[in-house]
Amino acid sequence: MTKVNTKERVVITGMGIVCPLGNDVEMLWQAILAGKSGAAKTTIFDASTFPTTFSSEVKEYDFKKYTKHPDLHKYGNRGSKFAIGATVQACNQAHIDFETDEPTDGIDRSRLGIYLGAGEGSVDNDMFFAAIVEGWDKDKNEMDWGRWAQVAFSRMNAMHEFEQEPTMPAAHIAMLTGARGPAKCCLTACAASTQAVGEATMMVRNGDADIIISGGAHSMIHPLGLMGFNRLTALSTRNDSPQTASRPFSADRDGFVLGEGSAILILESLSSARKRNVQILAEVIGYGTTSDAFRVTDMHEEGRGPIAAMNAALADAGISYKDIDYINTHGTGTMENDSIETKAIKAVFKEKAKNTPASSIKSMFGHLIGATGAAELITCVLAIRNNIIPPTTNLNTPDPELDLDYVPNTPRKCRVDIAMNESFGFGGQNNVVIVKRY
Amino acid sequence: MNSTRVVITGLGAVSPLGLTVSDMWAGLCAGRCGIDKITAFDPVGFSCQLAGQVPDFKIQKHVPKTYRKATKLFSRDVGLAVIAANEALANSGLITKGIDPERTNINPERVAINLGAGLISCDLVELAPSVAASVTDGKFDINKWGREGLELITPLWLLKYLPNMLACHIGIIHDIQGPSNSIICAEASAHLAIGEAARIIARGDSDIALTGGAEAKVNPLIMTRQCLLKRTTSEKNDEPACACRPFDANAKGSVFGEAAGMLILENLENARKRGAKIHAEVVGIGQSNSINPAYERLEPDGRGLQIAIEKAMTEAQIRPQDLDLIIPHGTGIPADDLAEARAIQAALGDTAKKIPVWPTKSMLSNTGAASGAIDAIAAICAMTDGKIPAAKNCDKEADGCNLNIVKQPQQTNIRCVLCCSYTYGGQTAAVVLKSYDTETTTTN
Repeated sequence: MTKVNTKERVVITGMGIVCPLGNDVEMLWQAILAGKSGAAKTTIFDASTFPTTFSSEVKEYDFKKYTKHPDLHKYGNRGSKFAIGATVQACNQAHIDFETDEPTDGIDRSRLGIYLGAGEGSVDNDMFFAAIVEGWDKDKNEMDWGRWAQVAFSRMNAMHEFEQEPTMPAAHIAMLTGARGPAKCCLTACAASTQAVGEATMMVRNGDADIIISGGAHSMIHPLGLMGFNRLTALSTRNDSPQTASRPFSADRDGFVLGEGSAILILESLSSARKRNVQILAEVIGYGTTSDAFRVTDMHEEGRGPIAAMNAALADAGISYKDIDYINTHGTGTMENDSIETKAIKAVFKEKAKNTPASSIKSMFGHLIGATGAAELITCVLAIRNNIIPPTTNLNTPDPELDLDYVPNTPRKCRVDIAMNESFGFGGQNNVVIVKRY
Repeated sequence: MNSTRVVITGLGAVSPLGLTVSDMWAGLCAGRCGIDKITAFDPVGFSCQLAGQVPDFKIQKHVPKTYRKATKLFSRDVGLAVIAANEALANSGLITKGIDPERTNINPERVAINLGAGLISCDLVELAPSVAASVTDGKFDINKWGREGLELITPLWLLKYLPNMLACHIGIIHDIQGPSNSIICAEASAHLAIGEAARIIARGDSDIALTGGAEAKVNPLIMTRQCLLKRTTSEKNDEPACACRPFDANAKGSVFGEAAGMLILENLENARKRGAKIHAEVVGIGQSNSINPAYERLEPDGRGLQIAIEKAMTEAQIRPQDLDLIIPHGTGIPADDLAEARAIQAALGDTAKKIPVWPTKSMLSNTGAASGAIDAIAAICAMTDGKIPAAKNCDKEADGCNLNIVKQPQQTNIRCVLCCSYTYGGQTAAVVLKSYDTETTTTN
């Protein structure tokens, strides 16, 4: 295979978000400045008896506002519907035409790609559990598939079943935009959308596409998702105080807060952006990706993989750790992540570790799982735009072991030119993206 | 222009035709069909009762002793992937920690893993007792489930069903510390993963990549979905060998199955330096999108697949007449097969009618995220042996499918092969593989 060594510079020309702190970029930023929390009692389904009864839900969102053809998207899972709003916002900003057969944006559709880190849609809960209940043979203590089939085939909706595929948010974006370039979806747990943005950046750099609609879309606020995370004891159970439950880097942290959403970034070659004369929001200058190869249940104790990913991203960007003005941490609020991530940052940033601001947006919007990395990357771009570093809220009980500058509780005004975004996924995928003021 | 050639130095396959590449190839050459009545569960009440199932195996035998305990966390998808990965690594001559920790010959940080995987279905048998224990007045009671049912579920439940676990477990067993990605694009996953792995090597981030895909589709939930979407055939439940009929006038739908296909991709220089046997070269990758309001079907004119094929051909710098074989996605779903035939014709022009086309799913079944990988492996076997086996079940070509379907086995020199795939949902992919030629430094 021939490497087309064009080494295109890659810039961000559009951003869109639907998340628990607001359904567009400005709403999100205002909420961050105010240190708001997206968490509240779960309303999507009745979680009142689960170990965790709250989550960080997207609120007052209607995908129909964003499309002339809601029928084409009506079966979409929550992630797909969030992705529609985020994509429309990002396309508007980047001047990419959508829902038209005759775009006038000057973009060759075969050079317009899609790369998402997106997750599965929820099962059709009522039907799913009913089919299990009715299929269960009490006497034999096993499933009777004939009975299951009777319920499943008479009551399940084919399209609802189909739309659970993780590829579907990308399919809905293709329907909106007519994108005919490379189209991909990766799902590397909590690192997925950072990895998607990183790999998409590489594709644009390599000349595989001029523009890639990238980011993430996911909602695991459904019974099986909540059950899964609760059984892993990964979630905060501070049911009496959802708004202060997400406490990254605090000594009394007790797990993350489950969130949902979609974040979309338009990645474009600098030459295309210049040719189209669109506004450049920031430049993506570095990407590092590694794996722990350690355990599926735990991170490597010394943070071997995260260290290697940070170093790889710095090397790719051709800069030193001394050049980083802000680290947007993975900062989930689990005991393990926050302590290992702190160790890893110390190993990479050496004497500068304690003087490099490192905050966690998850303290405010929770953990958007597959979508979280891209959403956090958007906040990095906003930090650069505004020269304000988002805070880590709910940080009132310092952990003696965790002694970095986590920007506790209030946003900080200071010059930000280069920001590093980190995401680590269950199973050990580590992805780091570096963005710079253009 | 800086150019890095990416070659294939290892192959591993677990398929309905056996647990190794040679089993699969021997079965394909003999015209054996891997499709049979479902035994994984009792399919009574399912419109399609057939599947391509992998012969029995004991996963504990395929992992190092120290990792046997972890197999409790393996979904079937992971098990299939682990076995195929072992074969591919052994075949490549690479010695990893999982093969022999005393004699490793890889630098773990320079090896990537990039796999296609499916939306892993939860095991209903595992989940059912907790649900059955959470019933009030005959109906599922979510409050009861939250209060009492959850305790009945294994704490690590979620970790069995994350689709990135295929790459994670293999990465841990073999100590692969480079980039790790999991491409979840249904039936196009493996080709997209192979494409990304090739790019990772080309850009210099890794010297070696373990890539391919695996999926186990033979379980009640996935089969329910495919039946509901009417992608499965509902005929010939009593004639399994004739059920899946890609491009045939009497095709009525696909038959699903399970498999894993793994390939070792390697920087040519690295492969040469260690004297590895080179099976073939990856010369072209193309990706695009089918855009159809009926998302579950390929758009009728096959435009999205056509673009992917054209891109792959352009990158490979070859002309249609240079292709010696096409392995199409060919599912046996009539509308999709017709659209694919149109895509191939539109991309390759009049030459398309002359190129041998060999669909494999009539024998291997539609193995989802694995299908693109086992097709690529079959393509390499065909190159190596100079032989194209006969396509099965295409007795009379469907109207409009003007392709040269291989009816009789052919002995022929094969240099360039095109493999195609697409998802229900829209993503399309094409890969061009070329027999390895030591003389040329770049193609043409």
